[in-house]
Amino acid sequence: MAHETVEQLGRIREKYAAKFAFTDKTYLLICGGTGCHATGSIKVKEALEQQLAEHDLSDKAEVVETGCNGFCAMGPLLVVQPGDVFYQKLTIADMETIVKEHIIGKKPVERLLYKDPVTRKRIASQKEIPFFAHQEPVVLRNKGLINPESIDDYIARDGYSGAAKALLEMDGEEIIEQMKISGIRGRGGAGFPTGLKWEFASKSPGETKYVLCNADEGDPGAFMDRSILEADPHAVIEGMIIAARAINAGKGYVYARTEYPLAISRLTKAIEQATAYGLLGENIFGSGFGFAIEIYQGAGAFVCGEETALMRSIEGKRGMPRPRPPFPAHKGLWEKPTVLNNVETLASVAQIIRHGGSWYSAMGTESSKGTKVFAVSGDVNNIGLVEVPMGTSLRTIIYDIGGGIPKKKKFKAVQLGGPSGGCIPDAYLDTPVDYEAIAKVGAIMGSGGVIVMDENTCMVDMARFFMEFIQDESCGKCTPCREGTRRLLQILEKICEGRGKPEDIDKMRELSATISQTALCGLGQTGPNPVLSTLRYFMDEYEAHIHDKRCPAKRCVALLKFEIDRDICTKCGLCFKHCPSDAIIWKKKEVARIEKDKCIKCLTCYDKCKFGAIF
Amino acid sequence: MAKSPHPVHEDITPEMWTGIDRVIAEHKSVSGAIITVLRECQDIAGYLPVELLDYIAKGLNLPSSEVFGVASFYSLFSLVPKGRHTIKLCLGTACYVKGIKEVMSRVTNTFNLEEGQVTEDKRFSLEGVRCLGACGLAPVMVVGQDTHGDVSPDKILGILDNYT
Ligand SMILES: Cc1cc2nc3c(=O)[nH]c(=O)nc-3n(C[C@H](O)[C@H](O)[C@H](O)COP(=O)(O)O)c2cc1C
Ligand code: FES
Repeated sequence: MAHETVEQLGRIREKYAAKFAFTDKTYLLICGGTGCHATGSIKVKEALEQQLAEHDLSDKAEVVETGCNGFCAMGPLLVVQPGDVFYQKLTIADMETIVKEHIIGKKPVERLLYKDPVTRKRIASQKEIPFFAHQEPVVLRNKGLINPESIDDYIARDGYSGAAKALLEMDGEEIIEQMKISGIRGRGGAGFPTGLKWEFASKSPGETKYVLCNADEGDPGAFMDRSILEADPHAVIEGMIIAARAINAGKGYVYARTEYPLAISRLTKAIEQATAYGLLGENIFGSGFGFAIEIYQGAGAFVCGEETALMRSIEGKRGMPRPRPPFPAHKGLWEKPTVLNNVETLASVAQIIRHGGSWYSAMGTESSKGTKVFAVSGDVNNIGLVEVPMGTSLRTIIYDIGGGIPKKKKFKAVQLGGPSGGCIPDAYLDTPVDYEAIAKVGAIMGSGGVIVMDENTCMVDMARFFMEFIQDESCGKCTPCREGTRRLLQILEKICEGRGKPEDIDKMRELSATISQTALCGLGQTGPNPVLSTLRYFMDEYEAHIHDKRCPAKRCVALLKFEIDRDICTKCGLCFKHCPSDAIIWKKKEVARIEKDKCIKCLTCYDKCKFGAIF
Repeated sequence: MAKSPHPVHEDITPEMWTGIDRVIAEHKSVSGAIITVLRECQDIAGYLPVELLDYIAKGLNLPSSEVFGVASFYSLFSLVPKGRHTIKLCLGTACYVKGIKEVMSRVTNTFNLEEGQVTEDKRFSLEGVRCLGACGLAPVMVVGQDTHGDVSPDKILGILDNYT
């Protein structure tokens, strides 16, 4: 006879089968991710519930607050099922219209539908919106669909069946074998094969072992892990249970950024629910195997995302990395064998076990299997969360899914891999997302941040920006990183201020090589990458700064004259209207003039002038 | 009357000390709890003055130097008082590309307030923070608990008027 927990999962699945086929009532799926919360989705949801109650529809229609739907640029969002109708940028007042016209009148509200920026046509079905149409959700299969605070929703979508299979039908070796067949590589940045990592830890002798989840998501411009935790926390828990079974660990920690309160609160609830259902705790599924998870909140140090530093931080120390070996698989948390995996890696595990490793390895390229979640942001129309099979080109991500660059501006570069990554120019946009292919063009896959930059971005300034970040986050333990990055930053600052010298370029190259070769941890070893990649592709901008004392993108304040070109100025007065410090003098039909002593150099006029008349 | 075990500090009220004692008692026997204790104590007292750090060290039976070392390592912890409202401007890549630098200089100019400092009237403190994971809304400003997306130098002054 099946264990009672297994039977319970079966009963829950049957009970909710109609819910996810959308056959019993209308479901109003409202996005409750961090982005939509900030744009007012909670009030919109309350208004929707109130409207339903007023029209006596509470039995016929149900409002579900889901995790991040992914299309963050369009919030607050609502998807009506059945019908897959996608509504965007909603206000409280729109709720009455939707209830009256769509729920009662059965006719979608035209003006609230998505409008294609190219064809100017409205698209009703979520599946047909280009942003979604080119995606292939695997890790994100439950996003925008289930209530992340309901374990029953997760179970109804086959949740915890992977854990049941792993605990009741497989031994540790078989789990690891499937993980190896899947070919999945860590999604936290380094891309180390997950199956292999688990094998090392499982063979490492010791009674006490740990499974850790890295939810520190330190790369600026990355929000995949936050969204996964907010939309589908049980997927991460299930992955941790399976990992624990594979290496025989009894205890796990999730190291989460304190800046992610919503993710932490949902994960906390999910752990409580899983414990109440007997999916965490002792003797899970009657298998004799027990596992518990605790959340540990970080305290704001980028370097704590590095594995050895993260473990020191959980131990309550200053989060500084230590040299490896010994590797965490042998000596990790409290000196015990430990597996650390990223949120996205762990969220993929249950499906790999459920469908088998070869199902997963059928997706992707030769050396990069499966799908990858990217956080697309910056100067791009469709900002949001994107999941595509490995091998998809950057161009597809930025143009087909991302909808291209707004305001008719030109694309300049895409930054991948955060502070350890690089900037890729237009000529290489057909590069497929694949660990090796991306490394070849001078960036790294990294954790999945994709930041698009238009022609108004100064690449020297971006290199300075990243170096400032690295310098600020360097823990100070090793000299090459502490002193070397400070030197690099000083040189870049000098160049941005117009005091750069021709020999600075070679100096930066030399310093970069030394830092990469001698730094203690990944932070320093990869820290010079943003400098190297901009030197490789945007040398002309460095030269303009150094030789001509000119910033072509007009971002470096010290190189701007704050004067108006009489020949270009159309006398429109836009600069005058927007100047916050009354520094611009303008009359109708006259060329504007900037009063230097009043000017605070805020660049507002540069942004507002449509003709580039200010230099 | 027995002498209070708490050091005297102008910014920490008796109720706060009660809360602090509770936090310390809860975590006393947990190894590695120092970061959690510091975070919860900062939530109670607003910041972590040296007297409080010493008190926590004694409570957890740790050397003061170790507690101070941890508190100064992590950027979450503030050893100086904050204003009534904390303005956090995201300095992540997405926000930077979308112009947070210009927003920062507007705040600095308007309120005569540098990063990491407090206005004289204690109304605002200003912090540049790391990516908030809300890059979809870039550039992002957080005031107290409220997240404001898609801000611009022009918009923020109106928003900040609501925080007195
Ligand atoms: C400076 C630095 C910061 C890192 N930050 C993170 C992070 O925020 N999240 C993450 O998952 N991995 C991060 N990593 C990578 C981890 O060290 C580790 O490789 C990863 O969590 C392992 O999980 P995976 O194999 O599933 O990718 C960082 C590495 C370095 C060197
Ligand atoms: S860069 Fe500002 S929220 Fe991510």
